[in-house]
Amino acid sequence: MLSFLIRRLLQTVPTVLAVVMLVFVLFSVVPGSIISTMSDDSDPQVEARMKKQLGLDEPVYMRFGAYVAKLATGDFGTSFRTREPVTTMIAKRMGPTLQLIFASMAFAVVVGVPLGFVAALRPGGIVDSAAMVVAVSGLSMAKFWLGLLLMYLFALKLGWLPSFGYGDGGLKYLILPAVTLGVSPMALLARTTRAAVLEIMTADFVRTARSKGMSETRVVKWHVMRNALVLILTTMGLQFGALMGQAVVVEKLFSWPGIGSLLVDSVLQRDIPAVQGSILVVVLFFLAINLLIDVLYGVIDPRIRYA
Amino acid sequence: MFRMIAIVAGLGLALAGSAEAQTPRKGGTIRMTAPYGSSFTSLDIHTTQRAQDEIYAKALHRSLYIWDSAEGKPVPELAKEVVVSGGGLVYTFKLRDDAYFHNGRKMTADDVIWSYNRIMDGAKAYPGARYVRVIEGAAAVEKGQAKEISGLKKIDDFTLEMKLTEKVDPGFYLFTALTSIYPADEAAKEGFIQKPIGLGPFKFVEHVPGSRIVLERWDRFYKPGKPYADKVIVSVMGEAAARDVAFRNKEIDTSVLGPAQYVAYQSDADLKGTIVEVAEVFTRYMGMNPAFKPFTDKRVRQAINYAIDTDLIINKLVKNKAYRATSWLPLTSPLYDKTMKPYAYDPAKAKQLLADAGYPSGFEFEWTTSQNESWGLPIVTAVIPMLDKVGIKAKVKQVETAILAEVVRSGDYQAFVYSQQSGPDPQAALKCFHSSTPQSACNYMNFKNADFDKLIDEAGQTDDAAKRGQLLQKANALLYEEAPVWFFNYNKAVMAVQPWLKGIQLNATELTHQNVEDLWVDETSPAK
Repeated sequence: MLSFLIRRLLQTVPTVLAVVMLVFVLFSVVPGSIISTMSDDSDPQVEARMKKQLGLDEPVYMRFGAYVAKLATGDFGTSFRTREPVTTMIAKRMGPTLQLIFASMAFAVVVGVPLGFVAALRPGGIVDSAAMVVAVSGLSMAKFWLGLLLMYLFALKLGWLPSFGYGDGGLKYLILPAVTLGVSPMALLARTTRAAVLEIMTADFVRTARSKGMSETRVVKWHVMRNALVLILTTMGLQFGALMGQAVVVEKLFSWPGIGSLLVDSVLQRDIPAVQGSILVVVLFFLAINLLIDVLYGVIDPRIRYA
Repeated sequence: MFRMIAIVAGLGLALAGSAEAQTPRKGGTIRMTAPYGSSFTSLDIHTTQRAQDEIYAKALHRSLYIWDSAEGKPVPELAKEVVVSGGGLVYTFKLRDDAYFHNGRKMTADDVIWSYNRIMDGAKAYPGARYVRVIEGAAAVEKGQAKEISGLKKIDDFTLEMKLTEKVDPGFYLFTALTSIYPADEAAKEGFIQKPIGLGPFKFVEHVPGSRIVLERWDRFYKPGKPYADKVIVSVMGEAAARDVAFRNKEIDTSVLGPAQYVAYQSDADLKGTIVEVAEVFTRYMGMNPAFKPFTDKRVRQAINYAIDTDLIINKLVKNKAYRATSWLPLTSPLYDKTMKPYAYDPAKAKQLLADAGYPSGFEFEWTTSQNESWGLPIVTAVIPMLDKVGIKAKVKQVETAILAEVVRSGDYQAFVYSQQSGPDPQAALKCFHSSTPQSACNYMNFKNADFDKLIDEAGQTDDAAKRGQLLQKANALLYEEAPVWFFNYNKAVMAVQPWLKGIQLNATELTHQNVEDLWVDETSPAK
């Protein structure tokens, strides 16, 4: 197990380096610089000094080398925009983003998995059809539009929840953004669960279990659910990573103070250290979740070995 | 008196008017919105020129001058008395001796000098430098040739002498939050950026990045009885649709409206009365590069102005959320000339002018634009068929707003569409077209005209305000005739204000920038 973890952690190094390089090179070649967003009217001499101070006067490869060296010590650099350490900026935003992502995934699992199960137990029935309509709608709806609809219904019409903001970080502020973000993975989980359960229900070992006189409840609980969980976990892992990216829209819509809104503003203002730091955190989160899922495979299915 | 034309719609006027008649209520919370992005840039207001950041900064900080929306001019804020001498170049400020920073320390002349020296630190490129440069010796500090601004002299703790580089009203330069006065000792410390200290009516409580800033009443504010409210919350709300829901749900007290919402609110009986509007000092235009052959000829530039049905675009696309431009100086400028008429829509005349200029079959150019809904791509798309009718073909080059700013400053364009500040100081606004003004500063069309330069120079030298006004109006008319741009419109800023929020000022420099100490909420506000 330990050697597996070490091997997997080492495998993440080239991935992280590739992402760092890609983002660095991309933002070095795209037009626009932080200096033009800082002042409408600055002296060329001052601009030159500014470039020097920010290290933008050096060749790309030198800047990249210096950046990677700093990164190795855990220093993400200093924001061009706010002049704060990027790690401080990200730390302030990380909590609300994680809160939003975990709440969204919780919603997706609590609603999506049972929905898929119920649909699969009576394929073609009313519940199945209704569940799949919900799933397809959830996958097709744009988050921005869905968020507005939820705001309109639950804040404006029913007055149950606030329409925006972080408030004190309490549940009532979290519900609408979490549901908006969670609908898409919920729909995917429902479809995945249904497909997995349907496939397992016709497997030989399930037929054997039934022929041995095992009750349907025990068959579903011990054989179907456990086997379906591997696929569900894989979907969850991928969706966790995707949620980090999708949170950008939801955070902006609901004025949620997460990484997403930091990323948007940093890109628009060409705050390269903040962009790099934010993307790196998203990537690291994605890799960490996938590693966790790999570990969980073994817990759920003992046949999987960490060879 | 500096003239101000403020246009107030519907009950907006009644709203402001009735506020005057009522006794302001103490207490309550004002809930403003910051609509121009998904975050505040920084809590160090010297570092950011975004309108978004000045919304909270107006509550937290104070500058030497402040914008008086009712008078339409900057007035001294941190000085009780200003004496002008030295042929209009030396200003002696008798500073307030009752202005306390939020850490309890009294402001002195040292803080003003320290703040201006900080802003001129060229290694940091503070955007306020363009204003402080008006003080003698400031540019030398910026270029690293001096350590302190020579034109600033402390006479005593509460008397400051300021020597200017030219005869201008320093109020126009030193009223925005970019030139806020910081506490010299505190602002140098590391933690200042996390917990800023100012001289404003509200002190800093909390910043939730990407969400809100919370401020509470500063009891030692120097204006007796003010501020009225206990607390100010400025929420970041970049999405217009989300702001709309929150406003209708009474969760926020102010909301900036775009063209689509402007129409919707006007047609809604419940919301119509919440609209407040003002002509802001921004001119929208298509700039033409004089180095690009067809645009060198004045007749071609005039032809473009005749070829475009500007009124139709303002009416149909901008939903009347703009005023037709009749030259450079906007409606709220003290020197706006209401006798001037805009270029008429006359394609036949446009064709004739093109033929006279040697382009009977027209020509082709590349038009650089951003996606901005009020003056970007949608406008360009609507104008292209109109130009096509007179034989001019335009190819669109779409860029981000940040890139567009670089494009116009570098001159790397054939034509571009933009929104540029054209006030509040008419002299500064027109000086952008003086041949000595670099393209990278604000002479984006690289305009050079000897007659125009002469008028601006004479205006800068005279001590007679009336004569200066006449000269500048002449310069403005000359600009209209020379047509370095297609004069599109002056921005109409529109904000929805809840009926319980009183004291809203029709600030032509930026409607969202309110002197928060003058705002108050009545007992019907849902935020207690």
